[in-house]
Amino acid sequence: MFDIATAAVEGAIAAGATYADARVMGRRIRDISVQNGDVQSISLSETIGVGVRALVGSSWGFHATDQLTAAAARHSGAEAAAIAKASRRVPGPPLRLADIEVRQDDYRTPTEEHPFEVSAEEQAGLLVESTRIMLAEPKVSIATGQLGFWDVDSWLVSSEGHRIHQNLVHSGGGLQAMSIGDGETQVRTYPQSRVHYESAGYEAIRKWDYLGEAPRIAAEAAALLTAAEMEECEKPLILEGSQLALQIHESVGHAIELDRILGWEAAFAGTSHLRLEELGSHRYGSELMNITADATLPGALGSFGYDDEGTPARSVPIVEEGIWVGVLSGRDSAAIAGVPAGGMVRADGFNRLPMVRMTNVGLLPGNSSLEDMIAATDDGILMATNRSWSIDDRRLNFQFGCEIGWEIKNGRKARMLKNPTYTGITPRFWGTLDMLAGEKERVFWGTPNCGKGQPVQVGRTGHPAMPARFSSVRMGVRG
Amino acid sequence: MTPEAIATRVLELVPVGFDCEVVVTSGTSALTRFANSFIHQNMADETTSLSITLVSEGRVSTSSGTATPDTLASFVERAAEATRVAPVNPDWPGLTPPTDVPPSLPIPERTAHASPDDRARLVSEFVAAGPDTSAAGYCSTGSTSVVYANSAGHVASGSVASSVIDGIHQTSASAGSGHAASRNLDDLDAAAVGAVAADRAERSQTQTQIEPDEYEVVLAPEAVATLALFLGVYGFNGKAVNEGQSFLRLGERQFDEAFELVDDGLDERSMKLRFDSEGTPKRRLPLVTDGVARNIVYDRREAAKAGRESTGHSIRFFGFNMGPLPIDLFVSPGESSPDELISGVERGLYVSTFNYVRILDPRTTIATGLTRNGTFLIENGELTGAVSDLRFTQSFAGAVGPGRVLGVGNDARFADSEFGATIAHTPSMRLAGWRFTGGAAG
Repeated sequence: MFDIATAAVEGAIAAGATYADARVMGRRIRDISVQNGDVQSISLSETIGVGVRALVGSSWGFHATDQLTAAAARHSGAEAAAIAKASRRVPGPPLRLADIEVRQDDYRTPTEEHPFEVSAEEQAGLLVESTRIMLAEPKVSIATGQLGFWDVDSWLVSSEGHRIHQNLVHSGGGLQAMSIGDGETQVRTYPQSRVHYESAGYEAIRKWDYLGEAPRIAAEAAALLTAAEMEECEKPLILEGSQLALQIHESVGHAIELDRILGWEAAFAGTSHLRLEELGSHRYGSELMNITADATLPGALGSFGYDDEGTPARSVPIVEEGIWVGVLSGRDSAAIAGVPAGGMVRADGFNRLPMVRMTNVGLLPGNSSLEDMIAATDDGILMATNRSWSIDDRRLNFQFGCEIGWEIKNGRKARMLKNPTYTGITPRFWGTLDMLAGEKERVFWGTPNCGKGQPVQVGRTGHPAMPARFSSVRMGVRG
Repeated sequence: MTPEAIATRVLELVPVGFDCEVVVTSGTSALTRFANSFIHQNMADETTSLSITLVSEGRVSTSSGTATPDTLASFVERAAEATRVAPVNPDWPGLTPPTDVPPSLPIPERTAHASPDDRARLVSEFVAAGPDTSAAGYCSTGSTSVVYANSAGHVASGSVASSVIDGIHQTSASAGSGHAASRNLDDLDAAAVGAVAADRAERSQTQTQIEPDEYEVVLAPEAVATLALFLGVYGFNGKAVNEGQSFLRLGERQFDEAFELVDDGLDERSMKLRFDSEGTPKRRLPLVTDGVARNIVYDRREAAKAGRESTGHSIRFFGFNMGPLPIDLFVSPGESSPDELISGVERGLYVSTFNYVRILDPRTTIATGLTRNGTFLIENGELTGAVSDLRFTQSFAGAVGPGRVLGVGNDARFADSEFGATIAHTPSMRLAGWRFTGGAAG
């Protein structure tokens, strides 16, 4: 496959590109969906092709084809250069690529049990049994389960000499119990809202004990129908880890993407409330807030050996003691910002242009625990598991809904609450972070469905997170 | 190989004892993105993809991907092997029987042969419309041929084309958007679309903050498209209805009489295929007339569960498990110009687009999101100034409930709901109330 990628690069250079890189990417995906004990779908997707990126002057062009012959790849390279030349009709400022070490390497996701070596029948069986368990709760009327497995090979060649093969394996899934009442629906999911993925084999499914947790989420979905509605209030809020992971994703992860900060995503995904001149001085949150973008964490979904430009995986400090210190970048955006290439450029398939994506953006652990937070709270709210999420195009004004909440009274968990929501402004919210759980409760949460770019690309990101308390948050807003 | 030849070959390769449906999609898509008033991303791809669903003794599996003539046999073999080990799927509704499918409209030449230079020219016209502002957005062109065939003898083929110019102009303090989509690239007036965006941005430079409250609103077509899409996904979706998640009650007056919604895959302006992912022909399906919900959209699976027939709304092409969806939505236009809608409002807000809208509860259709790219205060029938973006928490069904639609515009066009530029064709609309629950400052 390196020969195909090399032909594509040669085609682009011969057509006038000053730099080119090409990725042959072969992707195998198995998805299984079960509802109420019946298999809804088992699907297998196998795609392979080559995508080539060409730089002419200050303009990029990208072309992809599924024809894996040297001639077709060379033609694709020439097309990429021609597209780059057309881009020069509306040219930008001079463009430089941040220097990176040229590598020739091979990287593979460590797995204990490759997910494609476990039969689809066994995998579907786990979901069939789990959904039947949930359905045994009389008030649960829809019980669903999903599993998904990715096995991606890529061969990267660049005109600077990169030759890198990677094999990335991702496994994940989740359960959902839904109860339907009079004019309302209530849901509980596990391990987190929608699904949770890891860079791992089938062991990432076995360890979460779907069968053991199914009765609990079914019982909670049923109990929510008669739970108290949350009142509008402003008081301390404790978030469990997976909700905090989404909070990080939306209000930190996207805001620190350098392409957004530079305005490259202004029309669609949006920009950022962060300004480059504030890097190193902007207060993002309280001193408990320490965030890294670390693509080297074992098992985390955003881990890999190299990004799609050939930059080695690394850990980049993002927020240190509440001060914003880092960005997510690729070679072109890093050069503009004057920072080292971050190794955060990835493409969703062979026919998509690599772009800045989150790796594993998450919190370093504190020294508290969920138990301590509850005990230290006289009057507050605990919320768990995301149900809805909305944030503005600058990643500043957000409103999240969770599946379930509890009142915290005098240091104890009290009444269950349904339809809990909270809203805030990013730096003000993070500024109220006053308790953070430790390493023991840290989970590398994995989100496999982050949309960005045009055409839309789906990114797969990791978010180390643990329970945390925020001292004063507006909650319970409703229409 | 042509898509027809690939489909035929797949059916020949399928082992005895298997039912099969195959979908072959072949085409070119190209998209030119610009930001800070220059082209920063520019791509095209040419791919042929294949989706095979095999059924044997109640076991069902779907395999999809890229496939070349050399790899077809092994692809089918792996698909068959996957089916042999799949569990029995009791919900499999069977193959679509042979049925006439309306022919596609021909792909416009200018769309089919659009070059990177053509897209760059449109981008330059959009950018030039705002000499004092910074432009960002995209221009896309695409044409695709699709063949559906199954072992029951049903074959459907067709093609689709689309072209879009969509973007914003920005000042240091504001942004305004402009949008246009059509089957034919020649229909796009990028300069005019850019001028709308630049005008909205320039008029929004000085923004005031207003108190979150319920305000009368005039929604531009993009905001109405969001509303229509959410009603479709959470209300008219046959899966949501079968599962009891939908708010709809067929035959009851749940909507204002001025709100008329149709799903029409046969409309000549549609940029979609005239058959769905299961080969079922599309039709004109009234969803709301005279304030009453008239029909639910079904694919074969949900139709079977409901004891109905498929209405041609399977979206399995997209790999979603959301159930059948209406994706050719038309909200009927009224007779008022947008200015006339505004002139009737004593105090309210004009909303250009919504952003990041998410449902809170499908049974109430309460959703939250924000305004974006131009939100203006209306006082005594005139736009008197821009306001900062606002968050809303609002029931979408309630917003167009009986007595709530005060006027419908005569400006219907394809409008991007933020989930796609080719799904909804909508006019501006004046609504009695919209509940804003937070300002830009929280």
